[in-house]
Amino acid sequence: MDTKKSMSVSTRASDPQTLSESSAGLLRELVAHLRQNRTQLREEWARRITRAELLTAMTEEEIFAEATAVYDNYVEALETGTFEALQAYSRRLSERIIPRGVETDEVVGIVLLLRDVLARSLFTKYQDNVEKLNRILDSYEPAANRIANTVAVGFVEERERIIRQQQEAIRELSTPVLQVRERLLILPIIGVIDPQRARQLTEQLLRAIRANRAKVVVIDVTGVAAMDSGVANHLVQTVEASRLLGATVIVTGLSPEIAQTLVTIGVDLSEMATVGDLQGGIEEAERLLADRAAPTTQVREIAPESSR
Amino acid sequence: MEVPILRQGQYLIASIQSALTDADLSHLREALIAQVGRSRCRGVIVDVTALDVMDSFAVRTLRDIAHMARLRGAETVIVGIQPDVAFAMVQLGLTLKGVATVLDLEEGLAFLTRRTEERYRETKPRRPSDRG
Amino acid sequence: MGEELRLPIAADVDVVEARQQGRALAAVAGFSSGEQTVIAAAISEIARNILMYAKKGEITLSLVQNGDRQGVSIIATDQGPGIPDIERAMQYGYSTSHGVGAGLPGAKRLMDEFNVDSVVGQGTTITMTKWRRAI
Repeated sequence: MDTKKSMSVSTRASDPQTLSESSAGLLRELVAHLRQNRTQLREEWARRITRAELLTAMTEEEIFAEATAVYDNYVEALETGTFEALQAYSRRLSERIIPRGVETDEVVGIVLLLRDVLARSLFTKYQDNVEKLNRILDSYEPAANRIANTVAVGFVEERERIIRQQQEAIRELSTPVLQVRERLLILPIIGVIDPQRARQLTEQLLRAIRANRAKVVVIDVTGVAAMDSGVANHLVQTVEASRLLGATVIVTGLSPEIAQTLVTIGVDLSEMATVGDLQGGIEEAERLLADRAAPTTQVREIAPESSR
Repeated sequence: MEVPILRQGQYLIASIQSALTDADLSHLREALIAQVGRSRCRGVIVDVTALDVMDSFAVRTLRDIAHMARLRGAETVIVGIQPDVAFAMVQLGLTLKGVATVLDLEEGLAFLTRRTEERYRETKPRRPSDRG
Repeated sequence: MGEELRLPIAADVDVVEARQQGRALAAVAGFSSGEQTVIAAAISEIARNILMYAKKGEITLSLVQNGDRQGVSIIATDQGPGIPDIERAMQYGYSTSHGVGAGLPGAKRLMDEFNVDSVVGQGTTITMTKWRRAI
């Protein structure tokens, strides 16, 4: 009806409720056209993909099969204005093709090619009616862009998920807890520690204490550049949890900055056994182990109360 | 669920076998206090190996046991806290500060033996050379 | 995801049952053993709170999904006296009975999402959720 109105809603063209009657009608017409010409448009698209040398990791049959699914999902997203199904499909597709070595630029490339193929077919169909063509494009373009975005983001998220999974697997394999002698464990912490890694280290340490029946643990943080209060808190929790398993913890390599962070979160450093460097810490640990008759820190805490 | 309490020399050993309700924990506390009071008990071991979770009530009960036992002249040591349980406890903010905790029964007995000897030494007149 | 388990809380055996069921559900959701223990502990605290203050109530456990993350959701409801000052109750260390109790603030620390709705004289609903870290 009025182009002004349809232009003002063009940014939300993908939301059916805000469409004016004519825009909704145009969208229906557009979707019908895409469905009717499905076969030939899909083939055109597959041809373009091959010409652009995309998806080289896949065979032509595979490309065609995936192209069909993408096409149908694409049209459905245009029709319904909802993108959840497309998002889910994009992730599943990514899950399939990432192990095959398909790269992000390829996925973005093919979706943009489909957008182009469909746009061209619209140009052809409405070439005699520029005004109608413009209005159809008003409906088509925002939706098509959102689709490209959805598919690309789905792919990237899946990739990131896989990378995290691989990193996790690597972490699980590498056991950072070292047993240097009987009942003495060393946990050197290196680099940047995120909360997830911190939790993992604690779990591994506690299990190691149990498995090795460790009495003393030396946690060396020389290699840790900086520690935020969250991770510092985590360190304190680790010391406390180790104590519950009967192990004394000596923390070594505390930089002045990290010591400051600990003080800031309320840690009483006089309560925490600390030694300047790892070597010193190991020596102190050995002293504690050898001197079995000496009271441990724990026992000092339960010295007889004055109530007796 | 009755928790079996065994006597080993001068020590009492309470072995928790399975998940305990709050009422079970309270009964355990009463039973231990009664037995410590009756006999000349020097130490109490509570074995929590079988507990797959320890919440604030469990921790409070263990602290009560240790406190009451101490008033009657006995040391308490908690043995067998599982790694996962220990981690959950510290995250919940529960501490057993003031109560001895060791890895297992063997360590618990060794601990009590050392403690008994130390306390014996402490009650003797102090000489400067005694403190190591 | 649809799977939901409603558990009555009226006696202290129910507290044990609730946390064991919570652990089992967390296992189904793929949580690690350590996280299962954490969830069980949080449920234990909340269930005990129901017993202590409201005498009886209900805990509903369910699996939830957010994108590609799975999680466990716990809803504890009762028709008890309600919490007069939620903010104060959430401060660690505050408790109206028996001194130390981890209770609400403790459970909140363990969970990713935590919400308390309470009306004095009507009752309390606590909703808490823990998500598996997305891998």
